[in-house]
Order: sequence, then C-alpha cells, then structure tokens
Amino acid sequence: MLDVGCGDGALMASLRDERGADVRGLEIDPTNVAAAVARGLAAVQGDADVDLEGYPDASFDYAILSQTLQTTRNPHLVLDELLRIGRRAIVSFPNFAHWRVRLSLLWGGRMPVTSLLPEEWYDTPNIHHVTIDDFRAFLNKRGVAVEEAWFLARGTRRAAAGANLLAEHAVFLLHREEL
Amino acid sequence: MPRQPVRTNRRSVDDRYGLARRVTLPGPLRLDGGGTLGPIDIAYETYGELAADGGNAILICHALTGDQHVASAHPRTGKPGWWTRLVGPGKPIDPARHFVICSNVLGSCMGSTGPASIDPSTGQPWGMRFPVITIRDMVRAQALLLDHLGVGRLMAVVGGSMGGMQALSWPATFPERVAAAVVIASTARHSAQNIAFHEVGRQAIMADPNWQGGEYHRGDPPSAGLAVARMAAHITYLSEAGLTEKFGRKLQARANQPEGAKGFGFDADFQVESYLRHQGLSFVDRFDANSYLYITRALDYFDLAEEHGGLLANAFRATAARFCLVSFDTDWLYPTADSRTIVHALNAAGRAVSFVELSSPYGHDAFLLDSPELNRVVDGFLRGGR
Repeated sequence: MLDVGCGDGALMASLRDERGADVRGLEIDPTNVAAAVARGLAAVQGDADVDLEGYPDASFDYAILSQTLQTTRNPHLVLDELLRIGRRAIVSFPNFAHWRVRLSLLWGGRMPVTSLLPEEWYDTPNIHHVTIDDFRAFLNKRGVAVEEAWFLARGTRRAAAGANLLAEHAVFLLHREEL
Repeated sequence: MPRQPVRTNRRSVDDRYGLARRVTLPGPLRLDGGGTLGPIDIAYETYGELAADGGNAILICHALTGDQHVASAHPRTGKPGWWTRLVGPGKPIDPARHFVICSNVLGSCMGSTGPASIDPSTGQPWGMRFPVITIRDMVRAQALLLDHLGVGRLMAVVGGSMGGMQALSWPATFPERVAAAVVIASTARHSAQNIAFHEVGRQAIMADPNWQGGEYHRGDPPSAGLAVARMAAHITYLSEAGLTEKFGRKLQARANQPEGAKGFGFDADFQVESYLRHQGLSFVDRFDANSYLYITRALDYFDLAEEHGGLLANAFRATAARFCLVSFDTDWLYPTADSRTIVHALNAAGRAVSFVELSSPYGHDAFLLDSPELNRVVDGFLRGGR
C-alpha cells in the first residue's frame, strides 16, 4: 500500500502492525517524515503534486489519499496518478457541504472554522474544498468507478442518502472503469 | 568512546577484531579499469561483537579524506573519531548492539593499499603507476575484508558523501550481502560541477613542481598544490550562508594596525582567507597528494546508472535491501535533487525507501555535525529492519 500524505505515519503503523501490510508513505512535511522514519516506516519526503510520477503503473494494491486531496494543487491529476500507481485507490476528505459548514457560511457570512476545518481561510492547507456531491460528479466525469463508499459523522457511519448534508467525512474506494 | 571498546570473552582472543587492525588480503582484486591488484592491505577497526547468527554487522563507509577511526581516538592525533555523533554507546549505531566495521578505502593513505604503498614488483611506491580505481573497486575490497572477518551479510551499510556512494554501490554490487543501506548527503553520479571542482584540485597538485609526476617520495611532497586542492574542495563543503555567518567580510586582527583596517596587501586579510589557508595547511600533514588524485578520480567516474545499462532503477532490481536517504537543504555539493533522483529510481524498482531532507545551515558538512533529527531517522530506520 502507498499512503500519500502519510503524516507522522500513524495510519501506516496501524496498517503494518494490525494488518501486516507492506506500507510505503509519501509526506510533504520533513518533521512528519522524520517521525515516520523514526517509527521504522518507509516514508519519503515529497509532494503528491509532483513526486508520484516516479512510481511505476500498478505498483501498489492500494494507493491511499487520506485527508489530503483538498490540500493538493491539482486534485484531478493527483487522483489520476493514484489510479495509475494503485490498482485501487482509497480517498478520504472532509465534506465541505456538511450542515455545520453550510450554517457557518450562511449565518455567519464567514469562511467556516469548525473542529474538522480548524484553520482560518488564510492559513488553511485546504485549498480545494470539495463536497461529497462534487466528488461524485468528478469521478463520474473522469470515468472512475466507486467500489464502496463510507460516510461518517461524529465517528459513526451514515447512510449514503443525505450524506452530502449529514456526513463530516467521506471515504471512497475507487478503481478505473476498465478494471 | 573509550580507547578500548568493550570486548568480552571469546572474541577478545581473535585478533581480527578490534582497533587499528590491518590485514593483507591475497586478492587478486579485479578492477573496473581492467587488470588486477593484489595482495592488498586493508586498515580497519571493529567495535562490538558479531552476533552468533552474524545478523548485527554494520559497515560504515568514510568520505574522500576520511579514515577507519570512525568512533575511536585517532592513534596519532588523539582526536575523537569522525562520526562519534552517530556511532558509539547510546548512539543509533551502538557497539553494545552492533558489530561495527569501518575500513580505510582502497586508494587511500591511512593504512590501506594506495599510490603511496610499495609496489611489490618494483619495491618502490606505486605513485602514478597505481591503477585507477572506482567506488565499486573500493566496495569489492570491503567485501574481501568481510570475508576475512567472517561476515556474510551486512545488517546495514552506512555512509555519507563518498561513503554514501559506497553504501549505494554495495546493494547494487552484492545484492544478497546487505539488508539495508543508509545514504547521507550523497549522489548516484558526479555532476559536471562536481568533476570541475575536483579537476581544479588535481591541477593544483600536478602544477606543484614538487609533484614530479607523482614521484615525490624521495623529496618534498607537493604540499602547496595539495593545500590549494583542499581549499577549493572545502568551499564546496560549506554553504554561502554558513560562510557569511561565520566570517562575513571580517578582517584579520593585526598587531600593529587598528581594528578592522585593511592590509592593502596579499596576506590573508579576510578571516575567510585565513580559515581556508589553515584548512589547506592542516590537510597536507595528514593526506597523500597522489591518493587525493586517485580518490577524486574514483568519485568523478562514479555513475551508478551507467554501471547498470544507463537506468538507475536497474541498479536496485536485484537486491531486497531497504534504503534510507537523507539530504541537507543547504548542501550544494550533492543537493537534495540528487537524493530525490535516487528515491525515484528506488520507487521504480519497488524497493522500500525512506527519504528526508533535513534543514541545516552548514551545507554538505552537515552530515558530520550534530543533528538530533539525523540520529532519530537513522536509529528508527535501523530498528525498523527487525
């Protein structure tokens, strides 16, 4: 598995320790990379926007993009790369259409600062906010199949119906249509 | 580190292990440049004890002008080892846990066979009749040493700068004999700029009238040329910001002049000039000029991709070794882009690789200096292999 945007390697470590997975990581922040390597993980400092091109086609069973899509400069190209490198891709992101976010903008008239999106507009790493419905339309347009999707709010799973309003997080398991 | 490392029971009687060792290996060593060399002397040290299963051996590879005294006091100068920040009790490479080996590279002048050694066929120093060697030849000589020491497979090979090139060359040359490689502030090939700086150094040595075509062993060595070579090279080991911070445009204090007054002459007026002259002069006492020619040549010839059909990834296809690469952001000798090229090739070959660029104001030399983050990374990487 390849964890793109692996942070300090917490997810990698649990995949390794609990599932025995052979996991590699890519992370932009050097302090995080050092922390991941210090955990004995194979983590590489790099930028998802430019450093995925070195990986050969289908070199991983899964390419994971956890809470990172919205921080990339070119999310569409990053997704293409994920689906080239991994036979399957797992993509998760905070849902910008969650009702709290909507309320915050509707009533406050200010860019939402919530527990999930704690940064102010000027210092947020989230430069491409996306909603669940946006992402579905985006996958459709790019010929990407959804194998499974999970929608989460307050740590529990929500139904797909109404998820765009009620889910704080979305997790998609994807592959290319031709698979 | 104490002068004598902890050596217990059965190994203590085995004189292959310990400080300041030297062995004559029959060879012959087949060289990349054609021809063979042998017998060859290798000067080395070991710390710690080889585990019963042989699984704790770590080879440390030194840089251009380094030596085998990685973590012990130098027998002549008494200076502490050159990498005590990384190797020693409580350090990421610890003789209490690891069997540590460091040998002087082939072609050097710290006890291993090099151009200053006696050519057995003439009874005279080799001089320029010594064969041109490569990084891979150095690695092959190290492999012969491991055979002598009874080490089949290395738990890790670790090196910075030229040592990092050996650490890269190891799994490419002996895919089965190494489980992990730590490559710090290094590169998979010498760039035109790297070669250019070395050529300045070599020309300085060869332009020194004392050089005598390399036949200076009866007279004075080409110290002036060697000092200039070292001065030019030393600039490449530092960063501009580091030099500015340390010296700026500050002038030398002079006895009979007011503070900060220019000398209007060609003595070392700026502090940076004085510093470089000192670096050059102190170097000539400890290094052989011909060795400097040969080792810089080996570095210039280094191009790991070229050795493997022009594709760097091919160098790593036969090995299952794990890799850890570290670069420093102010290193312009072997910049981060060089490490990234290696990382991409390792990814292409499907190898497990870790890579981090650390921040330091000290340029290439940063790998030898205090860096808690480097220690954490190397420690975690080495422990991660179990």
